[in-house]
Amino acid sequence: MTATLSRWREPSILPGFGLALGITVTALSLIVLIPLAALFIKAASAGPADIWAVATSPRTLAALKLSFFGAFFAATVNAVFGLILAWVLVRYDFPGKRLIDAAVDLPFALPTAVAGIALAAIYAPNGWVGGLLAPYNIKVAYTPLGVMVALIFIGLPFVVRTIQPVLEELPADIEEAAALLGASRWRTVFTVLLPPVLPALLTGFVLAFARAVGEYGSVIFIAGNVPMVSEIAPLLIVIRLEQFDYAGAAVVATIMLLLSFSLILLVNLIQASARRRFGDV
Amino acid sequence: MSVAVTIESVEKRFQNFPALRGVSLDIQPGELVALLGPSGSGKTTLLRVIAGLEQAERGRVLFGEADTRALSLRERRIGFVFQHYALFKTMSVAENIAFGLKSRPRAERPSPAEIKKRVSELLELIQLPGLEKRYPSQLSGGQRQRIALARALAIEPRVLLLDEPFGALDAKVRKDLRAWLRQLHQRTGHTTVFVTHDQEEALELADRVAILHDGRLEQVGSPDDVYDHPATPFVCQFLGDANHLPVKVVGSQAFFQDRPVLGGLRQNQGGPASLYVRPQHLRIVDDAPLALPGVVEHLRRNGPLRRAEVAVDGLPKRLDVDLASQVAPAIGERIRLRITHGNLFAAA
Amino acid sequence: MSDASLPYQIEDLAPARAARRIKGESRIVQFALVGVSLAFLCLFLFLPLISVFVEAGARGWQAYREAILEPDALAAIRLTLLVAAIAVPFNVIVGLAAAWAIAKFEFRGKSLLISFIDLPFSVSPVISGLVFVLLFGAQGYFGPWLAANDIKIIFAVPGILLATIFVTFPFVARELIPHMQSLGSADEETALTLGASPWRTFFTVTLPNVKWSLFYGVLLCNARAMGEFGAVAVVSGKIRGLTNTMPLHVEILYNEYMGAAAFAVASLLAGLALVTLVLKTVLEWRFADAIAASRRH
Repeated sequence: MTATLSRWREPSILPGFGLALGITVTALSLIVLIPLAALFIKAASAGPADIWAVATSPRTLAALKLSFFGAFFAATVNAVFGLILAWVLVRYDFPGKRLIDAAVDLPFALPTAVAGIALAAIYAPNGWVGGLLAPYNIKVAYTPLGVMVALIFIGLPFVVRTIQPVLEELPADIEEAAALLGASRWRTVFTVLLPPVLPALLTGFVLAFARAVGEYGSVIFIAGNVPMVSEIAPLLIVIRLEQFDYAGAAVVATIMLLLSFSLILLVNLIQASARRRFGDV
Repeated sequence: MSVAVTIESVEKRFQNFPALRGVSLDIQPGELVALLGPSGSGKTTLLRVIAGLEQAERGRVLFGEADTRALSLRERRIGFVFQHYALFKTMSVAENIAFGLKSRPRAERPSPAEIKKRVSELLELIQLPGLEKRYPSQLSGGQRQRIALARALAIEPRVLLLDEPFGALDAKVRKDLRAWLRQLHQRTGHTTVFVTHDQEEALELADRVAILHDGRLEQVGSPDDVYDHPATPFVCQFLGDANHLPVKVVGSQAFFQDRPVLGGLRQNQGGPASLYVRPQHLRIVDDAPLALPGVVEHLRRNGPLRRAEVAVDGLPKRLDVDLASQVAPAIGERIRLRITHGNLFAAA
Repeated sequence: MSDASLPYQIEDLAPARAARRIKGESRIVQFALVGVSLAFLCLFLFLPLISVFVEAGARGWQAYREAILEPDALAAIRLTLLVAAIAVPFNVIVGLAAAWAIAKFEFRGKSLLISFIDLPFSVSPVISGLVFVLLFGAQGYFGPWLAANDIKIIFAVPGILLATIFVTFPFVARELIPHMQSLGSADEETALTLGASPWRTFFTVTLPNVKWSLFYGVLLCNARAMGEFGAVAVVSGKIRGLTNTMPLHVEILYNEYMGAAAFAVASLLAGLALVTLVLKTVLEWRFADAIAASRRH
């Protein structure tokens, strides 16, 4: 290997570094990086005035608000129930536990369009669940609430799957120590057992959130897609594209990406500072 | 109150494995007791039964006069130091130590100012003042161990229980902490039970040593007692190196291969027996009536001592002999050994 | 603990289980938490899944057969299979290459490379399609040139392929990388010092070592490739019989109020999801250690 190479990589007797890295970087550039760069260039080429106009148009703002707040709400619901679900799966024994554990991954495996029409069917006013709610005048499908339902569905596995291994590895002795020091069960759970799980919970929350912000397939069937009310940001991108307003679509897409990326970055920073303080959490 | 903890024929099994098979032990107030035994002997299980972390199937544990089965974990007031400390890593040192005090029911809970004072007193006691704001991940192993001890002491425990307190530390820190723990015990006077598999640690630290083997208590006694007068072959071998000689007792003498090797025996039944002799109780002599001939086959260093391996006719294993520094036989030299002290057990 | 005999292990493991009875929540709390979990899963997972099959069978077996054997549906099934048949092998090759470079070598910029490989996970599917429209669409950067040379990418099969590969790009690599990293390079180094050629080393040592995590990655990649909707919807143009994949076909039928037919095709995809889940679960039980490393994302 030449001297220029060894400056940025450690020497190794294994062959194939050049070939493997070449394939990876080429494929990554062609499929992912260059196309994403094209998106940013297109958005930038719109010019500041146009970008501002698109970004602050009431319809864009309404769609972004629905996507981000909807995703936030859904991820919060998922954090709460995902924590309970992970707790139950790790700590209790009950019939059907393995089946349920396996079923948690369904939203990963089920195509979003299928989930979308199924959710729309059961939460419609004449559906299995929607029918039960209709007498109380609660409408789920074709309202922002329907958007939340779909986002809760697709975000569900993220929280459970990030918390589960952390809960499994909680040492048994901290629980015993707390009990011997006289703590009530309630106090043990909330001050001793849950705090070490918080970083994982936060990670799961962000993964669910990031997924929900961009979700399209499972939402559009149940959302009703009324502009300014139940129209999500990804749908607005599709609509702009169908109108051949490429720049408009690119601007909305860029805003979405930048918001998501900065959130992920923020959470990574929080994680890093927690790790510095509490050790390997 | 004459007895701090009474353990009455405690039995405990896990699945089909009997971990404790009828263990009884009295622990006096202020005593420092070591539970010593090899892995799987039941020593940790016994500690956990005392703490209430395990329920005995038979037998009971009394604190003074009180049957512990009627006490909740909080009412037991046990100070327990776990082998890996079990510090709460998301809490600061101060929060860890204060945890027990803050866990008390509101009526008994000290005020925040008192708690703060108590925490700094305890940090003073364990010689780590000023560490309140640190987190466990920022401490060394020895420091963590001491914080765990302070946390256990904070609830003013009836009994202090330590599970392999030095097990997770490296050799140097271990020695320092051992001396420190002994001093601390002298100062605070807590009734203390600790588990260890290290006989040196048990002998050095404890007032009394309880030796467990296969879920049974083999012997309880002072370190001198158990070391010099082991009750069973297991205790004899577990507490230190011991050479084993199959002998036959006739009258007041023990014979190895028809040769008398030890005399002056009393109250011994005749017949085959096992004689255990520690390496320091074999002395090279010029000539003596009760002596064992052998050939020096190997010499090695054992800490401050030199040790000879001596082959004796009729023994499959060489005898270990500690040498006084002045006499150093050569390899191959024929020598005679006299047994100055031995432990004799009738053959089973 | 070198002297960890059998009794030792029993003593070590059993207390934790026995102690849980002292430490666990009361039965009422346990019941309540299990109940809440089951209710939540019913509302958001089980009911939707069951409804797919119920709705699919609502008009009877004959209608179900017709919905699936109808030419446009068959074309959609064929296209979906074709897309998966290209996208999955592509991702296997790139995934293996990426894992080899990342797990076996130390080089600068490695963590950046890993972040880039994971990037498609945090990009909305719609945006994943959009980027290719911006490049190859009629008014895209290469649009005029493609039109002049009569090459169609957007609203044609190549666009669907590109979008699918973009979306599924991380799946295989992210299962392989942690597994290969945990295995280290000792096996390969041994093979090479014994005189095996690089390719022989790769195919007889490396590949068998990681086969289960590779299969796991392929499974997830395939499920996503066949089920992808948003990204494909943007680039396909939804031309019946030509650029309609199964999920798109479901959408069209649903929007045309052919609910039963839509659910019939959807039931095939749901079946695929169930098969994926079953295989995934079996893999996780049987090869837990091989896959464990990659399960915590």
